[in-house]
Amino acid sequence: MYKYILRRLLQMIPVLLGSTFIIFAMVFALPGDPTAGMCGERPCAPAFVAKFKQEHNLNDPLPTRYAKYMGNLAQGDLGTTFRDIKVADELKQRYPTTAKLAGMAIIFETLIGVIAGVMAGIRKGKFMDNLVLVSTLFVIAIPIFVIGATLQYYLGVKWGLRPVTVSPQATVNELLLPAFVLGSTSVAYVARLTRTNLVENLRADYLRTAIAKGLTRRRAIGLHALRNSLIPVVTFIGADFGGLLGGAIVTERIFNIQGVGGYLFTGIHNRDGVSVVGTVTVLVLVFLLVNLLVDLLYGVLDPRISHD
Amino acid sequence: MTEASTIAVGAETSAPAGHDEARSLTSDAWRSLKKNPIFWVSMALIVAFLLMAVWPSLFTNVDPAEAVLKQARERPSANAWFGRDIQGYDIYSRTIYGARASILVGVFASIATVLIGGAMGVIAGYYGGWLDAVVSRVTDIFFAIPLLLGGILFMATFPNDVDSPYLLVVGKVVLVLSIFGWPGLARLMRSSVLQVKPNDYVQAARALGATPWRIIRAHVLPNALAPMIVVATINLGVFISVEATLSFLGIGLTPPAISWGVAISDAIVALRTTPHILLFPSLFLSLAVLAFIMLGDAVRDAFDPKSR
Amino acid sequence: MRGTTRTVAMVAGISSVALLAAACGGGNSDKTTSSSAGGKAGGAVTVRGCNPQNPLIPSNTTETCGGNVLDAITAKLVHYNAETGAPENDIADKIESTDNQNFTVTLKKGYKFHDGTEVKAKNFVDAWNYAAYGPNAQSSGYFMEPIEGFGDTQCTGSGDDPCAGAGKAKAEKLTGLAVKDDYTFTIKTTEKVSNMAVRLGYSAFAPLPDSFAADPKAYGEKPVGAGPFKFDSWTKNTEIKLSKFADYSGKFGGKLDGITFKIYQDEDAAYNDVIANQLDVTDQVPSSAMIDAKYKTDLPDRNAAKSVGVIQTITFAPTKVDPNYADPKIRQAISMAIDRDTIIKQIFNNTRQPATGWVSPVVDGYKANQCGEYCVYDAAKAKAKLDEAGGFKGGKMTLAYNADSSHKGWTEATCNSIKGALGVDCVATPVVDFATFRTQIASHKMKGMFRSGWQMDYPSIENFLAPLYKTGASSNDGQYNNPEFDKLINEAAAQTDPAQANAKYQQAEALLAGDMPAIPMWYSTATFGWSTKVTGVKITAFGTIDFASLSLK
Repeated sequence: MYKYILRRLLQMIPVLLGSTFIIFAMVFALPGDPTAGMCGERPCAPAFVAKFKQEHNLNDPLPTRYAKYMGNLAQGDLGTTFRDIKVADELKQRYPTTAKLAGMAIIFETLIGVIAGVMAGIRKGKFMDNLVLVSTLFVIAIPIFVIGATLQYYLGVKWGLRPVTVSPQATVNELLLPAFVLGSTSVAYVARLTRTNLVENLRADYLRTAIAKGLTRRRAIGLHALRNSLIPVVTFIGADFGGLLGGAIVTERIFNIQGVGGYLFTGIHNRDGVSVVGTVTVLVLVFLLVNLLVDLLYGVLDPRISHD
Repeated sequence: MTEASTIAVGAETSAPAGHDEARSLTSDAWRSLKKNPIFWVSMALIVAFLLMAVWPSLFTNVDPAEAVLKQARERPSANAWFGRDIQGYDIYSRTIYGARASILVGVFASIATVLIGGAMGVIAGYYGGWLDAVVSRVTDIFFAIPLLLGGILFMATFPNDVDSPYLLVVGKVVLVLSIFGWPGLARLMRSSVLQVKPNDYVQAARALGATPWRIIRAHVLPNALAPMIVVATINLGVFISVEATLSFLGIGLTPPAISWGVAISDAIVALRTTPHILLFPSLFLSLAVLAFIMLGDAVRDAFDPKSR
Repeated sequence: MRGTTRTVAMVAGISSVALLAAACGGGNSDKTTSSSAGGKAGGAVTVRGCNPQNPLIPSNTTETCGGNVLDAITAKLVHYNAETGAPENDIADKIESTDNQNFTVTLKKGYKFHDGTEVKAKNFVDAWNYAAYGPNAQSSGYFMEPIEGFGDTQCTGSGDDPCAGAGKAKAEKLTGLAVKDDYTFTIKTTEKVSNMAVRLGYSAFAPLPDSFAADPKAYGEKPVGAGPFKFDSWTKNTEIKLSKFADYSGKFGGKLDGITFKIYQDEDAAYNDVIANQLDVTDQVPSSAMIDAKYKTDLPDRNAAKSVGVIQTITFAPTKVDPNYADPKIRQAISMAIDRDTIIKQIFNNTRQPATGWVSPVVDGYKANQCGEYCVYDAAKAKAKLDEAGGFKGGKMTLAYNADSSHKGWTEATCNSIKGALGVDCVATPVVDFATFRTQIASHKMKGMFRSGWQMDYPSIENFLAPLYKTGASSNDGQYNNPEFDKLINEAAAQTDPAQANAKYQQAEALLAGDMPAIPMWYSTATFGWSTKVTGVKITAFGTIDFASLSLK
């Protein structure tokens, strides 16, 4: 077990290097000069541009810059943004907010998704199944910014039921609506995955055996079928953690949440590669750890999968 | 399980030589599909959308590029069935013509991700060992970059030109969705394969000396394909949604391409006042997604060897 | 505030130094902005803010986000009247000149910086020298350009570091600035400048305390000014807090004890917060609420609009980049093909004013209808004009805009209007963001037409002409070149009589109608909304919040 964890931790290194390099290359290949938008509709003074480029290593070739960056990273330095703000400070302030948002979104999608999936799965082909199918479909089909803007307008602005935006403190109450919006597309996935797998497991021999040996249907489903059906769901939720952070770009924009998503977007706009790469680096790390956790959970949920 | 050996990925596969049973799984599946009303409803919708995509003038003779600014934001009327949008375009005509780009993006991105993700997942899951390690790490690298973030970066790095032809504009969106969309399917495929592999019939086939390719095709794929189809069909909707989000952020499809995504993002500003502008493209988008998922579901049920 | 330079001032300002000194010099204190009935003294408000792009150093801030904050904490020689935009003396007691080239500035005594030190003449001279000196790389350094000796303070090298080796700046200080005593200094300009005093209210001309030189970086994090509010804290990307400066001796203080700039990424979010009473003032109403004047029902009696010194134009790529638009007749035809009235009504809900020239009506010297018939929509005439020019040879026309700001609606409508009138295909083309957009324009890769906007730096007709259309000027994106125009601009600057100066500028502007380097579209309006908690919300001539009149109910 420990050997397995150690091996997985080692495997993270190439992944981290690979994805940060892809991001790094794309960010720094972005057309447009970071100083071009800095002085309004007139070009910046040449001396200003030169000083700026020198301070931020913009004159070095890409591999050199990447190496320099990773060198600093190894010493725990995430770099300084174009606005002279330490990326680490920014992230310390922002990650907890986004983590809270993403965590709440996951709770939403799991709760609603699994319940809906189970209800649909045990009544396959019946009204409930079709209702879940259709309602989840509509949620998937509507882009997240439409859902966000619509709910914000009706629940927040028009009816005053929810706070319209989120304050810097980002309380749980304020985050309820954004988290729901963020989790909404994934609810559909969770519900459908749960349903599909539950339907399959309900036909499985072991379930028939369990019922034959006297377990109530309810207990058999809860104990055996559901547990096995949740394996792909757990994989999905672990994997979805990264996707949630992407969705956070839009959600945080709509609800003015001071998290990582909005930070990434402004970073891309300002051509502030350091902040984008720094944020994504941490994001990738978190993602990898979450997925390690998921794989370990595999073993717990399905004894057939072992991590010797 | 012999019947299962005759199908591969698609529904069109015919029985290979040596298997001359009167009823192949394909024909079995076809028979059960024919009885499924969901299949017919979804096929009808898909045919309608495909017709719209291929031959829009069949549905309307109003030029979608004709703007009557003076009548902008008019409500639905006999003159303009769905009303007019912010620019004074006829929404009905725009919605019909918008099918092409959205369907192209959704379908091609789904096909590409299924092919790439499926292949990678099978390789990693079936062969295991160092091949699994390498493929899984590459998957992780791309997986760790959220789809939307990758999309924003990619489209910002390779922006459309004024003279970009239609297919290039659409192709770029397909490409970016494929590059960052396949890892989810790969992981899903891998975990499905891992679940199928220890089963007796696979072990038996291996013991009987079947080649790996044959085992994959005959035993692993048919069993692992089900969750893949479910997720891929849902993804089709998500891809169309992400295209809309990219357009919302100003970097997806660009004029002269007309798409539901662009229409929805343009309509967002009208949410507070004239929601009909938002309603119609959203409705068509949702219907298209619904159609594809229902089809996917029906096909899944039909091909699932365990459902009979 | 992507896409626009920072607003500085506007309106029928008095553009003559002599006049200014006479009007405001003799202890004649102009009325401060009237306080609103019912407002109480004290209390703190929250207002919409955005992320400052740079450290908060007055001479290094060229955008509104940082500028709005700096305006509240700095005092300058001249303050622009909140109502009219006319310059009024603030720290300056007198600004005198007889020849538009040699200026003597006398300061009022008793102004203090937030660190307790007194504002003296050397604080101005040092600050301006710092701004001008090339190696300091200040983004607003070019505002010092008219001052004698500016050329020698600039680095002349090229490449990665223009300040290295032979390129090093020859002088550290501007020879045109001299401290006479603690409260007097002189300015000498290289050429005659008819509107020097009007320019001095720009924040780049703010004085800096002695402590600045010791650590400019620390200053950028916690700026120290001599204005009515002092800087308390800055939580990056979240909020900036200011509080009343007890020792402020100017007359633009107001009633508030504190101001918090809440930073928003999105104007819709700020607007929704105002409706929900979670934010007191937003200086932007999103376009979603503009439709059918929705904001007036969302915020009844809690909204206001006022014209500001901003003009939207469409610029043609330089002829050598895209020869298809070279013929002025084609440009005039395109201008006549744009139905400004309908676009303003349908896209902007009448929150713009159709442009009839290249100068905003808010400045002194504005003359209506300089563009004449070319800015009046007439599809038939437009088509005839195009035919006269032999038609358009470039296939389809393109109108580029930066997609990260809300320009899509009007550019598309404009293109549709052109297409409808001229029968030539026209496509509104997004460029991913402002940085890319500007890069393409600056490197002359942008073809066809592109959107351009100008927010004036100071309230003068000159600011709408010289920086944009003079040969080689900093913002002459279309590389317009007309010796006759240049000559008139130079003559105007030499005039000591403001009326004559304006007449010359107007003659220069009239030349633009014949060459059409850019198509005037419309003049902008600022729209504000506020919560039920505040009163006395006044939009300054710059389109910013006037904190002197704002108070809690």
